[in-house]
Amino acid sequence: MLGLTKKDGTLFIAVVLLTVLAPFILNPFPENSAMAQFNAGYPDLMQRFVIFGIFAMGFNILFGLTGYLSFGHAAFLGVGSYATVWMYKLLSYNVLPGLVLAIIVSGLFALLIGYISLRRSGIYFSILTLAFAEMSYRIAFSDLLGRFVGTTITNGETGLQVYSNDPQILLGQNGIEATHFFGFEMGASRILEMAGWSFTFNFGFYFCAVIFMAMFYMTIRIFRSPFGLMLRSVKSNQQRMNYTGVNSKPYTLAAFVISGMYAGLAGGLLAAMDPLAGGERMFWTESGAVVLMTILGGAGTLLGPILGAGFIKYFENIFSKINDNVLHSWFAFLPDGMENFMVTIIHPFVGKGWHLTLGVLFMLIVIFLPGGLVEGGQRIGRLFGRKKSEAEPKPGAIKPAE
Amino acid sequence: MSNSKLTRRGLLKTGAGAGLALSAPTLFTGASWAASHTGFTNAPTGSTVTIGFNVPQTGPYAEEGLDELRAQELAVEHLNGEGDGGMLDTFSEKNLDGTGILGKKVEFVTGDTATKSDVARASARSMIEKDGVTMINGGSSSGVAIAVQGLCQEAGIIFMAGLTHSNDTTGKDRKANGFRHFFNGYMSGAALGPILEKELGKDRRAYHLTADYTWGWTQEESMIGSTEAIGWETANKVLTPVGAGDFSSYITPVLQSGADVLVLNHYGGDMVNSLTQAVQFGLRDAQANGKDFQIVVPLYSELMAAGAGANIKGILGSMNWNWQLPDEGTAAFTKSFGEKYGRPPSGSAHTCYVQTLLYADAVTRAGSFAPCAVAEALEGFEFDGMGNGPTLYRAEDHQCFKDVLVVRGAENPTTEYDTLEIVEVTPVEQVTYAPDHAMFGGAEASLGSCNNGA
Repeated sequence: MLGLTKKDGTLFIAVVLLTVLAPFILNPFPENSAMAQFNAGYPDLMQRFVIFGIFAMGFNILFGLTGYLSFGHAAFLGVGSYATVWMYKLLSYNVLPGLVLAIIVSGLFALLIGYISLRRSGIYFSILTLAFAEMSYRIAFSDLLGRFVGTTITNGETGLQVYSNDPQILLGQNGIEATHFFGFEMGASRILEMAGWSFTFNFGFYFCAVIFMAMFYMTIRIFRSPFGLMLRSVKSNQQRMNYTGVNSKPYTLAAFVISGMYAGLAGGLLAAMDPLAGGERMFWTESGAVVLMTILGGAGTLLGPILGAGFIKYFENIFSKINDNVLHSWFAFLPDGMENFMVTIIHPFVGKGWHLTLGVLFMLIVIFLPGGLVEGGQRIGRLFGRKKSEAEPKPGAIKPAE
Repeated sequence: MSNSKLTRRGLLKTGAGAGLALSAPTLFTGASWAASHTGFTNAPTGSTVTIGFNVPQTGPYAEEGLDELRAQELAVEHLNGEGDGGMLDTFSEKNLDGTGILGKKVEFVTGDTATKSDVARASARSMIEKDGVTMINGGSSSGVAIAVQGLCQEAGIIFMAGLTHSNDTTGKDRKANGFRHFFNGYMSGAALGPILEKELGKDRRAYHLTADYTWGWTQEESMIGSTEAIGWETANKVLTPVGAGDFSSYITPVLQSGADVLVLNHYGGDMVNSLTQAVQFGLRDAQANGKDFQIVVPLYSELMAAGAGANIKGILGSMNWNWQLPDEGTAAFTKSFGEKYGRPPSGSAHTCYVQTLLYADAVTRAGSFAPCAVAEALEGFEFDGMGNGPTLYRAEDHQCFKDVLVVRGAENPTTEYDTLEIVEVTPVEQVTYAPDHAMFGGAEASLGSCNNGA
């Protein structure tokens, strides 16, 4: 189907189904139950899942295929966001011009950074990209560029946003004052109430989801193309390639630019969902996060980065919101002393301590599942496969690793 | 491998898929933020109402954020009739009787802004979309406050700003759904000017070190405005990155610049570091232009004072509120905060506590949670008994006007909490300005129209 092999086709259909049905899948608990805390099916987080899925997918084209570890991909994310918000400021709240500009600008930016950074490989390449990203962050955060030309370019720490006195030449008299796609507002939602469950269908999410699916399709095609094969050979032995007379640089540069454009698109989509671009988006922690997402999910696999992105965003948004009050309500059935004891034990791992939980899980996964979540899935798959042939399946052996 | 043969069937399938995808948006026509047709975003339907506390729990302003959180939890207790009632008894309005808001029990959710606009907005959006909050309160950075205020305006809920001291929050970035109880840079400058003239004289040269974001910029502008009005000169102004940690490279050139006053437009952990380093470099004991070298910290807080320790002795600054004030509102709040947490509240804690009560009161007087009704109840609202004396919530820019405190680092503090002493309570008339003041966006700045959301 669509020029995909049967296996890839099945994977693509599975991802499409998961994305389209996300509002159901991510809201497994009834609205008023105690477990509703763990529901992730609200527009903001669903949008983040697919947007950071695109970001990680693009990063994987560079890191997963060529093995070049870029530590500065957040710069492209930020550039994409700024470009999109500038289109709102100059034209109107329609997201299309912004997204197109985001891809173009981040592509050019990636070409510049890539051309210089790719002169080195290994750790030197990582450090160069990190340096460029930090430079971009500093420039954006203090609006150096803007001060240089005497106007606002990034609006510094406040973040670039649309003001009522901006030109917005296409807005017209009664134009829509929220981000939209030819009249369909990104914030528009329909809520389906079903026996205690509440499912939110948000236009912004489905807009991102359609782009996400298109990008996933493109990623599969890149992975399976001769170009993709070339990138893999760069990873396995670049020296041998060079000795056989193949110039690998155009390929790595193309991969760098493509993944920069994915990141720019993701940044543009972030600004499409929420019309503000902040310099923090370029901070090195964001660059680190996308590396984590890719490794956590499984670098070099099609599905891995998407799973990793979802995993990290889930922790960031759900675990960080569990405060002591919530903990107390969970353990309210215990006697007072026990309740306080349990809360004290769990307290460091939730709320602002979610990084700690994530760190522990990351360690466990990297140690016991070097191939990331995808490897975990494969192991489970193999277990089930064996289960059919073996007479006695081991109970409880389904859990990955320890 | 790649196989891109275009078959008739493939084309038909693609066409059908694309058609389906393109027709999907029609599902959403007409709907907006929430489908509930109550006329405004997140109208509370059950027996409870949820409000959101979005404060920095990590980053350079985390200390302030955690203290805000303590005060907000206390406010919710008092609204729900638990505890000793705190300021409910001293508040000039007597609508709040400890039965929640409009008979609905108050619940709250918390979020971490990490002192970053992006993170703060994500946290606020999840509060609005997932937890269904009707109001977001708190925050400890002007950049973040402005970003979240814009979001609340778009979503159609009320934003009660916490600690935000930039002129822009209720100046050029003012929004109809946003309200600020805290004072601002202009007020600090206006209150400090006469005191600086009295204490340090008219013939001084000031050197500004300024946090490089909206708050620092407007604070610096305000301080330069009020010090040049008393005859001071400005030797130099230098922007420093937020969260820099090490300020030594910025402090070394100060003595060579011919300045005799250093104005530190820093806050939180940054101010603790820059002040400590300035003292270590011997600025306090230095002589310049035949006078003692002086340091001024325009915006003080108890938590910063505690962090800077003995270095703040004798240094002048301004505050919104201090727990040592003698009025009964302050006493009631300090007592109930102290009993619960074993320490006196900071100024940012006070503001967040008061904002929560003011919101609850405005909802009660309006008889509705609808943001436009609440905004109308708050606009031009005059109240007393909240620790700052008679206070006005001005309708034109949603800024509170009240007395400002000028404080000084105590020479002989008896405990770790009375490190600041009050020099003067500057009357509100002296710090009042016109709504279209040039430092506040001029005549162009406008609130826009209030947004009820759905």
